[in-house]
Amino acid sequence: MSKLSLEHTLQGHKGRIWGVSWHPKGNAFASCGEDKTIRIWSLSGNTWTTKTILSDGHKRTIREISWSPCGQYLTSASFDGTTAIWSKTSGEFECIATLEGHENEVKSVSWSHSGSLLATCSRDKSVWIWELAGDDEFDCAAVLNSHTQDVKRVVWHPKKEILASASYDNTIKMYAENAADNDWYSTATLESHTSTVWSIDFDADGERLVSCSDDKTLKIWRAYPPGNEEGIFTPDNETVWKCVCTISGEHSRVIYDVSWCKKTGLIATACGDDAIRIFKEDANSQKNEPTFSMITSEDKAHLQDVNAVKWNPSQEGQLISCSDDGTIKLWKFIE
Amino acid sequence: MTALANPSPVVHEEIEGGGRTCQDKAAEHNEAVEDPIDAWEIFEIIRRIRDPEHPNTLEQLKVVEPSLITVDFSNGRKYVKVMFTPTVPLHCSLTALIGLSISLKLQRSLPQYTKIDVYVTPGTHDQEEQVNKQLNDKERVAAALENKNLLSVVESCMYDYEENC
Repeated sequence: MSKLSLEHTLQGHKGRIWGVSWHPKGNAFASCGEDKTIRIWSLSGNTWTTKTILSDGHKRTIREISWSPCGQYLTSASFDGTTAIWSKTSGEFECIATLEGHENEVKSVSWSHSGSLLATCSRDKSVWIWELAGDDEFDCAAVLNSHTQDVKRVVWHPKKEILASASYDNTIKMYAENAADNDWYSTATLESHTSTVWSIDFDADGERLVSCSDDKTLKIWRAYPPGNEEGIFTPDNETVWKCVCTISGEHSRVIYDVSWCKKTGLIATACGDDAIRIFKEDANSQKNEPTFSMITSEDKAHLQDVNAVKWNPSQEGQLISCSDDGTIKLWKFIE
Repeated sequence: MTALANPSPVVHEEIEGGGRTCQDKAAEHNEAVEDPIDAWEIFEIIRRIRDPEHPNTLEQLKVVEPSLITVDFSNGRKYVKVMFTPTVPLHCSLTALIGLSISLKLQRSLPQYTKIDVYVTPGTHDQEEQVNKQLNDKERVAAALENKNLLSVVESCMYDYEENC
């Protein structure tokens, strides 16, 4: 019997905690919430403590934070319409740049694998791509208006410069840069969810994507590039993403976040029914029709909606979660 | 606003008999008395919310009714579902405002960690699906309530008809 064992319960923020993000080394993480602050936590001995509080960057709720792959920069997306870049190069974290341009709430921020590109998305329906131009300089490389509604999440491919976005319009979109004219454009629209797509995550290779939705389902999508052996038609010579698996009946309310562990392949979900669930691909799963089973459900993981779950990128089986109940919890997955 | 969404709403009598006195309410606030929350109690919380454009309560306009409230406070669950009936099947923003007032009033009145769902009564609004989706997107609700002007409008609807018990 596998289970999630609770290792630590942390408090510090006032009110709802929207996001948590592991430092790439896995020995520190950041959290953010409606109290407009970012807390950076690290382990000393056997205790996680707040090392730094960043409180003067945003005027409204901080929805999501994200570390650069090098671990030197932290970015924060806020309802105040801006994205702040924090740097630790001088020893202390300081805000080195504020990205402006979105018309209203910024919902998500994500770094590309190389650390040279940043993406943000907003309730204004747009996705912006920013290029790191100098030490503290960011240039807007693209404004993408493919979605017809509020964009909830942006996530970069783990190995390529491919961006995925999830929206209130029920779809997921993929973007790439056109080599000929350096213009970013939408290469694919993933349609299958029947309500808001709250979150997405790639698997380790980036050949598959998992998505979670207000429709209470989880979906697995597979990339079929031009010339694929299955003979899936690829119009315009673009990679096609097909929904190859739908997991329904396991979540009783909206699923706010999903995390696909790059080390173990386990999928964790954060649900509005206060539970955290873990899914594993079945041993006899087929490439084009994979099957996944729920192997653990921590029904009362939190006292209120779970807003985010993130697998530790270096410590196998360690999971972090945060909730409307104002707590952050660290879990150990035991097979 | 230049024109009213619903210029002449039908005003209904308040429901009698089920109403509670100030003494009853005081008893409910007595922690020593075991008193599971029922649909009528939820109705009591929201019946006097004011319509955004009329000097009437949601009860008088039959926007809320006890029979359209579902509660489940058994076995440790804390769940409330309210269906409300817009006075006219148009005007998304007013309908969303009513829903928001109901939702916020319940959030502030009910025990911590209660799950609250607020929906339009099926078949009573042209843009039912859009309104429901918006009302139940907690991220958009949170963002909306950070807008001080909107919050003050919602709060004025919520508290205008408070009784002074």
